[in-house]
Amino acid sequence: MRLFTLTLAVALAAAPARAPAQELTLSVAISMKEAVEELGRRFTQTRPRITLRYNFGSSGELQKQIEAGAPVDLFISAAQRQMHELEQKGLILSGTLRVFARNVLTVVKPADSALDIAKPTDLLDPRVARIVIGNPRTVPVGQYAEESLRALALWDRVQPKLIFAENVRQALDYVARGEVDAGFIYTTDASTRARDVKEAFRPPEDTYRPVVYPVAVVRDSKHPALAQAFIQLLLDREGQTVLARLGFQPPPAGAR
Amino acid sequence: MSDEALAALVLSVRVAVVATLLNAAIGIPLAYLLARRAFRGRAIVDLAVTLPLVLPPTVTGYYLIVLLGRRGWLGQPLYAATGWSVAFTWYAAVIAATVMALPLLVRTARAAIESVDRELEKAAYTLGRSEWRTALEVTLPLARNGIVAGLVLAFARALGEFGATLMLAGNIPGKTTTVPLAIYTAVQTGEMGEAIVLVLALTALSCAVLVLAGRLGARAA
Repeated sequence: MRLFTLTLAVALAAAPARAPAQELTLSVAISMKEAVEELGRRFTQTRPRITLRYNFGSSGELQKQIEAGAPVDLFISAAQRQMHELEQKGLILSGTLRVFARNVLTVVKPADSALDIAKPTDLLDPRVARIVIGNPRTVPVGQYAEESLRALALWDRVQPKLIFAENVRQALDYVARGEVDAGFIYTTDASTRARDVKEAFRPPEDTYRPVVYPVAVVRDSKHPALAQAFIQLLLDREGQTVLARLGFQPPPAGAR
Repeated sequence: MSDEALAALVLSVRVAVVATLLNAAIGIPLAYLLARRAFRGRAIVDLAVTLPLVLPPTVTGYYLIVLLGRRGWLGQPLYAATGWSVAFTWYAAVIAATVMALPLLVRTARAAIESVDRELEKAAYTLGRSEWRTALEVTLPLARNGIVAGLVLAFARALGEFGATLMLAGNIPGKTTTVPLAIYTAVQTGEMGEAIVLVLALTALSCAVLVLAGRLGARAA
């Protein structure tokens, strides 16, 4: 019995030292949720002792968390602006910054909507009472939507109809629930709830900056090499294949 | 103070005042009924009124969406008939604040009414007063302190409502962004100056309400 107790004590004491599990925290623009989760599963398959923790949200919200010192290893943003602000403040490892995917803006309506919304000016129709966009202060998809609506000279006239969402998936949800008549999201989001929403039209791509996804290792990361390995997975053929299957486009040539 | 902050402050006060008036109109009769009458479904009414006090505000907000959203039980027929829906309007903020504040008033007022000496009510009846007049002239005046305290709590709760408001009314600057929501947005966007101004404004307002309530209580006692 005493031997058993001793053995148990030694085993317990030794156990944590034998398996130094590492935890990697990824702050991810929520439009990348499914892609990063799938690649995360592949990442941990070959690295069984590593646990990935995801922190999904709007890029602006995630940016502010990192500025406030959140313990994050990797940041994936849905726009250059948030990443560049962090870069200017010296909060990311600049050498690790890469653009790995592209997306396209779309306008969707509830699947059972009877409204004929086929072009931007149709948003002025009085029957289109509410339009959801991401809050342009923190949500990239809202910033792209604002740019596009301004370029189309529609911003001032649709503004009274606008509802602001905290991130792109909330905007999608408002449309899917039928609370609003139309919403600006990414094409990849629309396909996550294809039964609840349908595409109305795509804003002309020359009316807003290209939607690109930069990724970088956060300066205070405790596992920069591991975070760098995840970036490599995003850029490699394996990562690009998964992204393409989920509807993302490859990054523009020469983008950084 | 920025225009947006000022708009949030004005909206918050407006929402809290209307919600408190609605609370008085609904809550005081309800408190009286719960305290003095035995009726069918009393336990269920009591439970329904009290639930928002213990449920997370987001859960209450979810129920409100199920009830009042464009596809909600009440929201659907309303939208079909009028093409209008309460969600994402300032009325939605009033409804959320009213529902969240109601248990505070009802529980406080009910306890005050229950503590009124029934012998005094019986005396009023023997003098020929109806139950209605007895309630208005005897019971409620004697329970005044508790009712005022309940209204103050309800106002403070309405002023600070966040979760249910965010879910039903959204966060639309100038339309449904109350002070708590504006503070949340300001912190999220790193505008600490704006956040501090609103935090101080809300703190000052809450202190003023408590001081006022203390004076009212002292005068009544």
